[in-house]
Amino acid sequence: MANEHRGGKRVDEATGTETVGHEWDGIEELDTPMPRWWLWTFYATMVWSLVFVVLYPAWPLINQATAGVLGWSSRGELAKEMAEAEELKAPLRQALARIPIERLPEDTEMMRAAVAGGRAAYLVNCVQCHGAGAAGYEGYPNLNDDSWLWGGDLKAIEYTLVNGIRQPGHDQTRTSMMPAFEGILSSEEIGAVADYVLSLSGKAQPSPAGAQLYANNCAICHGPTGTGLREFGAPNLADAIWLYSGTREDVISQIAQPRHGVMPAWGGRLDPVTIKMLAAYVHSLGGGEDFVEVAEDPAVDVDEQP
Amino acid sequence: MSNPEGPITEDGVVKTNEPVSSAVAGPRAPTHRHEPHEPPRQHLPEKLFEKRRAVFPQHVDGFYRRVKYAILVVTLAIYYVTPWLRWDRGPYAPDQAVLVDIANRRFYMFGIEIWPHEFYFVAGLLIMAAIGLFLVTSAVGRAWCGYSCPQTVWTDLFQHVDRWIDGDRNAQAKLAKAPWGPRKIAKRGVKWSIYLAISFLTGGAWILYFADAPTLFREFFAGEAAPVAYITVAILTMTTFTLGGFMREQVCIYMCPWPRIQSAMLDERSLIVTYKDWRGEPRGSVKKAEKEPAKFGDCIDCLQCVAVCPTGIDIREGPQVGCITCALCIDACDRVMAEVGRPRGLIDYITLEDSQAEAAGEERKLPWRNLLRLRPIIYFGTWCAIGLALLFALGERSRIDISVAADRNPPFMLMSDGSVRNAYTIRLRNMESRPRQMQIALDGLPGALMWTDDTRREDAARQLVRNVPTDAVQAVRVYVVAPAGTEGQEFAFTVTSLDEGRESDSSDTRFDAPEG
Repeated sequence: MANEHRGGKRVDEATGTETVGHEWDGIEELDTPMPRWWLWTFYATMVWSLVFVVLYPAWPLINQATAGVLGWSSRGELAKEMAEAEELKAPLRQALARIPIERLPEDTEMMRAAVAGGRAAYLVNCVQCHGAGAAGYEGYPNLNDDSWLWGGDLKAIEYTLVNGIRQPGHDQTRTSMMPAFEGILSSEEIGAVADYVLSLSGKAQPSPAGAQLYANNCAICHGPTGTGLREFGAPNLADAIWLYSGTREDVISQIAQPRHGVMPAWGGRLDPVTIKMLAAYVHSLGGGEDFVEVAEDPAVDVDEQP
Repeated sequence: MSNPEGPITEDGVVKTNEPVSSAVAGPRAPTHRHEPHEPPRQHLPEKLFEKRRAVFPQHVDGFYRRVKYAILVVTLAIYYVTPWLRWDRGPYAPDQAVLVDIANRRFYMFGIEIWPHEFYFVAGLLIMAAIGLFLVTSAVGRAWCGYSCPQTVWTDLFQHVDRWIDGDRNAQAKLAKAPWGPRKIAKRGVKWSIYLAISFLTGGAWILYFADAPTLFREFFAGEAAPVAYITVAILTMTTFTLGGFMREQVCIYMCPWPRIQSAMLDERSLIVTYKDWRGEPRGSVKKAEKEPAKFGDCIDCLQCVAVCPTGIDIREGPQVGCITCALCIDACDRVMAEVGRPRGLIDYITLEDSQAEAAGEERKLPWRNLLRLRPIIYFGTWCAIGLALLFALGERSRIDISVAADRNPPFMLMSDGSVRNAYTIRLRNMESRPRQMQIALDGLPGALMWTDDTRREDAARQLVRNVPTDAVQAVRVYVVAPAGTEGQEFAFTVTSLDEGRESDSSDTRFDAPEG
């Protein structure tokens, strides 16, 4: 290896170029001059940054950054995009506003759009109680199943959404008020009724006393066979679904001191089109009922809501 | 290294703790002196940066120049003709032979249609391209750089324009130095206009690969094409104009990573353009050599090899990163050697090893012998293996596909009659260019029935039929209900095309149920 030292730096023989003076395991770096155009690209980035500083928000000040000549902001950009999206959705919203909800399923495209819009609105307004998967929790109804307290066709769902459940000061709201039987019935009697209720879905052995107590106290709302009554929002006691759990303990507790869930009336909070879309979404979750069929059944006549 | 025996000093003492740098620049190393090629550079600020030395390559004729012409024509023809080739795929698919349909997420290449989920084909092709470059490098050196790299092809094209407008090497250099006057302005105006026209055609052809070429061509000039088409053409016109017209060899030397990678891949057995210094040195003119034949080598120092070099290097300095191995210097040198009556091949395509062997008077090995080395064979084997695997996958791939995503929230749903419902999103993929009827069926899960958003639970069945449009994916939301007491278990959805092909596919999934 040929070497020529100048000021502690070596000159490489093959290229006649100085090394930078560093060396790693015998590997050295040549101090080759950079191409001049490279410097120009550096100047170009400087010019670019100056232009950028003038045009766009750049210098941080105490409260906010300099605004920039273009007046651009990410917030403004978002507002613009939101406005554009609203504009795109406007025809659909107008069509949705015109169509009666019971005729919505006839228009497959519009139904699909309504379900998509409803999903978005659901995630903002409904997940807090009913959960992201709409599977509910204890005391908060599951919207996926085929059990409906107040009716599961589009119109009934829309009514529930608009007027809410047990909304204070709202005379159209859906209200049912099961009395607390603590004090009316003895604890043995409540136990017997609970056994009878559980026996309706085959989960306990009924007693004649329980059957009698049920017939006297409960059948008027829940029906003689426990199938419930949607006009009163009386739950079906004979099916597999329990809003407040189906253990004997919880059934006793619900008879003695019933809990009553509430849901806000969305009528004043959301616009009618969004409510329509929410109804379509909830209906689409797999348990939605057919409007016509339900209407033919006098026991669950949802055309005449209370 | 000056110390081939390892870390042992001349007096036999093993040196262990001495830093490596002292082994390189230690007291023993600089004992012999040499003359550097140029005087030492001063530490002046302007030397931090170096102005580009203008290159005015002279025209030369010869074997390699003709090969380069042929490759120039062929590669440009491939680039410009390919988008206009047609390929009949039936009424439901585009008829462009090579089409990257980004909007519809399809890649068409003659009889092959690639979907996004088959991107491994594209990845495989890219890997083959990379290994192909390794293979070419190990077999024939930097042939890619010298002949078929777009930067080389376009630079060559622009250099022909230079010669056409400004004249050959000397005229170009003269014009470059001349002050700006009417003649220079006119010549530069014409030349740069031609540059710009070529650049525009380069960018213009590129976009034709991404849409139906005849339609886009008409729309482009009618002002109806998408903004992205104009932007792409503008950017590519600008880059071609700059990189091909002005940057040229700067791209190869400073921007492109490939020469640097190749520097690491080349060895003494790589085929490169080699100046046989043992034959050429010391250099001397024909006159000098006539006086003292024994004192001079074959190189007459005519600088023809430097004059024709498109990257402006002197190949006689040895292998270097600026050499793209275009072999034009071989053409130039061979002509000169023929004129002065000396054997050709002073500069030649030869490995360093063979050059040394030739210097030692051995018979020169035939060039193809270099191909039969382990490295090219391994690259070639790998390249073929990937290619065959891709071809096999291409032949075996199914034109029908089912994929199932089970709802996770909620995982299952208790129905009022005690039965359990699970929901699934099924995607049916019809990869044929015709609409097909497909039947989805449950495989396993006894007693279970299914229905969809469009049908009712009353009509639930073990199978259902869907019409899937041509060349499309259809998403179906399916509810599967199993009788009360069904336990969580594995099962599968199968799909069968209801046509003569009866193609089928299946996807395993899980049915969840409440515990106990």
